[in-house]
Amino acid sequence: MAVAEVESKVHGLGFRRKRVEDARFLRGQGTYIDDIKLPGMLHLDIVRSPYAHARIKAIKTEKALAIPGVLAVIDGKTLQQYNVHTMPTLMRDTQMVLPIDTVKYQYQEVAAVLATDRYTAADGVAAVEVEYEPLPVVVDPFKALEPGAPKVREDKESNHIWHWEWGDKEKTNRDFENAEVTVKQQIYIPRIHVASIETCGCVAKWNPAEGHLTLWMTTQAPHAIRTVVALITAHLGLSEEKIRVISPDIGGGFGGKVPAYPGYVIAVAASIVTGAPVKWIEDRTENLAADSFARDYHITAELAGKKDGTLTSLRFKTIADHGYTDAAANPSKFPAGLFHICTGSYDFKSAFVEVDGVYTNKPPGGIAYRCSFRVTEAVYAIERMADIFAHELGMDPAEFRLKNFIKPEQFPYKSALGWEYDSGNYHAALRKAMDIIGYEELRKEQAEKRKRGELMGIGISSFTEIVGAGPSHTFDILGLKMFDSCEIRVHPTGKVLARFGTKSQGQGHETTYAQIIAEELGIPAEHIKVEEGDTDTAPYGLGTYASRSTPTAGAAAAIAARKIREKARKIAAHLLEAAEEDLEWETGRFYVKGSPDRGKTIQEIAFAAYTNHPPGMEAGLEAVNYYDPPNLTFPFGSYICVVDIDRGTGQVKVRRFVAVDDCGVRINPMIVEGQIHGGLTMGFAPALMEEITYDENGNIHGANFMDYLLPTAVETPKWELGETVTPSPHHPIGAKGVGESATVGAPAAIANAVVDALWHLGVRHIDIPITARKVWEVLHQHGATLDE
Amino acid sequence: MSRHNIQVTINGKPYQAEVEARLLLVHFLRENLNLTGTHIGCDTTSCGACTVLFNGKAVKSCTVFAVQADGAEIRTVEGLATNGKLHPIQEGFHEMHGLQCGYCTPGMMMSALALLEQNPHPTEDEIRHGISGNLCRCTGYVNIVKAIQYAAEKMANVKKEVAD
Repeated sequence: MAVAEVESKVHGLGFRRKRVEDARFLRGQGTYIDDIKLPGMLHLDIVRSPYAHARIKAIKTEKALAIPGVLAVIDGKTLQQYNVHTMPTLMRDTQMVLPIDTVKYQYQEVAAVLATDRYTAADGVAAVEVEYEPLPVVVDPFKALEPGAPKVREDKESNHIWHWEWGDKEKTNRDFENAEVTVKQQIYIPRIHVASIETCGCVAKWNPAEGHLTLWMTTQAPHAIRTVVALITAHLGLSEEKIRVISPDIGGGFGGKVPAYPGYVIAVAASIVTGAPVKWIEDRTENLAADSFARDYHITAELAGKKDGTLTSLRFKTIADHGYTDAAANPSKFPAGLFHICTGSYDFKSAFVEVDGVYTNKPPGGIAYRCSFRVTEAVYAIERMADIFAHELGMDPAEFRLKNFIKPEQFPYKSALGWEYDSGNYHAALRKAMDIIGYEELRKEQAEKRKRGELMGIGISSFTEIVGAGPSHTFDILGLKMFDSCEIRVHPTGKVLARFGTKSQGQGHETTYAQIIAEELGIPAEHIKVEEGDTDTAPYGLGTYASRSTPTAGAAAAIAARKIREKARKIAAHLLEAAEEDLEWETGRFYVKGSPDRGKTIQEIAFAAYTNHPPGMEAGLEAVNYYDPPNLTFPFGSYICVVDIDRGTGQVKVRRFVAVDDCGVRINPMIVEGQIHGGLTMGFAPALMEEITYDENGNIHGANFMDYLLPTAVETPKWELGETVTPSPHHPIGAKGVGESATVGAPAAIANAVVDALWHLGVRHIDIPITARKVWEVLHQHGATLDE
Repeated sequence: MSRHNIQVTINGKPYQAEVEARLLLVHFLRENLNLTGTHIGCDTTSCGACTVLFNGKAVKSCTVFAVQADGAEIRTVEGLATNGKLHPIQEGFHEMHGLQCGYCTPGMMMSALALLEQNPHPTEDEIRHGISGNLCRCTGYVNIVKAIQYAAEKMANVKKEVAD
């Protein structure tokens, strides 16, 4: 049989394999958290604060407890008896589970009601009476840093959390002083929310006889959660081998299901106290108002360079609004995530970046929006600044980028801020995007339209992502190194069970991981069953977020499969009575060099591993790999967006959007394209629609889907995709990860297109989301609305 | 809270139940009947995850009381496949990669069904408007549109075959 034919039969790398997950989802047979129902299960609902900052004077529970079916009202003092009223955040700050005396943001958890059913629990919440004494509120991080500002935290010196800086400050300052051209812009990247269509929730089941806890939970990182639960409840007698975390089907994660929220902890405590299973499911307002947000970065960005358009130096200073506690789910050594990827795709000689974290009376979080640990902020800032620099010099933004890109021969490239980019070909990606969209023609069209007074803009974003956290020397979460894992068992009949430390939330791992193993072992993907999300069965791993699954667990799959292949070689040598080194591998088969007919298939070898294994060898055909990546991976791409602006209304219409992505080797192009479509839409959303704001009293605007606008099929542009392939040199199959590239890259392309349409009027920058109202106001200021 | 007897036909099967006046149809389906394919995403009639067909019309079952469904015919995702064979809409979503996390998918497919029953040959813009009451956070809608186009073609072919 020809090798190519076998390869297409196993449905390995590059095959547009239809998803195996679909079978249950299409029939309504997925098991999401709210679908789990246990006998005797109780329901938990949460009383939340109407104030952004207040002292709790009294919590009166009599009326609630008088409702038939309401069993208990739990408050901070109840939890304090067990010392679980607070919990550590992933950034080693403290988060309240339930407050003892003060609340710090609107919709914060105040108490919890336990009842026999969902409706009765909600009745109980409505009947709990809380007396508050309002306290001064601070929602603006700049005001929070002023002397005499209301203090958010009694246990801290001030509202300033930390200062972080990176790069060569002196050289950067010197380069700025000596520069021919400098540009500076204040950029705000607003607070937004992932708003996965499924909210968060859990079912906690405590078995008092065995001292065993099962926790079904909407988590992207079940193993890490198990360890954290074990560490913070050890004093209550919980022990890690008796904690089982199960992450069932997840209705979208995007980072919002990484943190541990108070509701989970209260449900666990309630189950332990009552001995009954307890379910907690958020409603949408709770989800938007209390769960981890993203961004809220105030950036003062500066670039320096030469008159010929050569960039030399970058200086970014950022005020980061973290809410009342620093609960960003970053790797522990990175309080500002990977924001120092902000030199982007350009060859800077020096760079310096600093970030100050600030407490305000808002909910905590910071990185949950498909953003690869603050990479969206970095990419948005550098790509906006690149356009401003080009426009200031009167250069075409494409020409400017092509001039300043890191050149293909410079890879592996050490950036001015210390990252070692693994591979890239930025010129090829941008030129491809320009070809697809017809860049030169569009510029001509724009010039003609401008003469007629029509507003059309073309925006480019040439981003560099940084994913696959990460190498253990640098990356950990609360000390847990950020490796990930795969365990493969080949059954006697040559079928496979593969388990992973990650957890899909729609990425299609059950389909794509099988393709990696199929490629390596020559076993058809349809014979490879993939499991994730159950800590009792899966090998330990840090979970799925920050586009890390393919770079880490995907690599582990390839390495574990190669271990199996090496053992298979020994078994084949035994069966064929040949020396190991005389065997050749072709997809799914070892054969004797020079005698292609003398061979054994992987299925025959698997059978022998259990029925006729060589003397002195362990029986079975299994392997596990904990993959510690040698470096991060650096996906990249170039996006070009064309917008038309209505001078009458200020409405921005995305006419075309071309996305050329390079994520290295594509395991399943169909799934990669699906990830890019979704990512682009989550880049479009904050660029033009989504924002969560607070009034001066800390009242949230945007706590439901009528105020917080997600794109529907009508607003969403018709995405056009292209690709280049530059494999990662250090990843076993050359893949880089793709889940977040488009979310990271898209917002700047859209904002750049809008500003490009308005630059000739004197407009340098408009903060996202670029709503019709904002644009109309800008047009009005410049006397450029339709009637002016 | 008053309780009421209701009779509802769901996916062709008759059901009788005594329900609280305030019980939402989506909770009746999910909690009382264990038809958990219909999901809840927002509580404010915005996201469409709970979309079912109510006497042939797509409605959001989080904003309908179970008592309002007394005497009604309801269709849910669980009723799409017949005799184990996927409905052309389900087939389309699979073939065109029209779903990722799967959470919005049942509601999205029910809206698509209502659209195609009303307008068997929709344009792309008509499809996009037809599903504009259903939010998807994963797919960017590109492949959902293709899935519905696939289904429209397949349903038209089936009709043609029946007519021939």
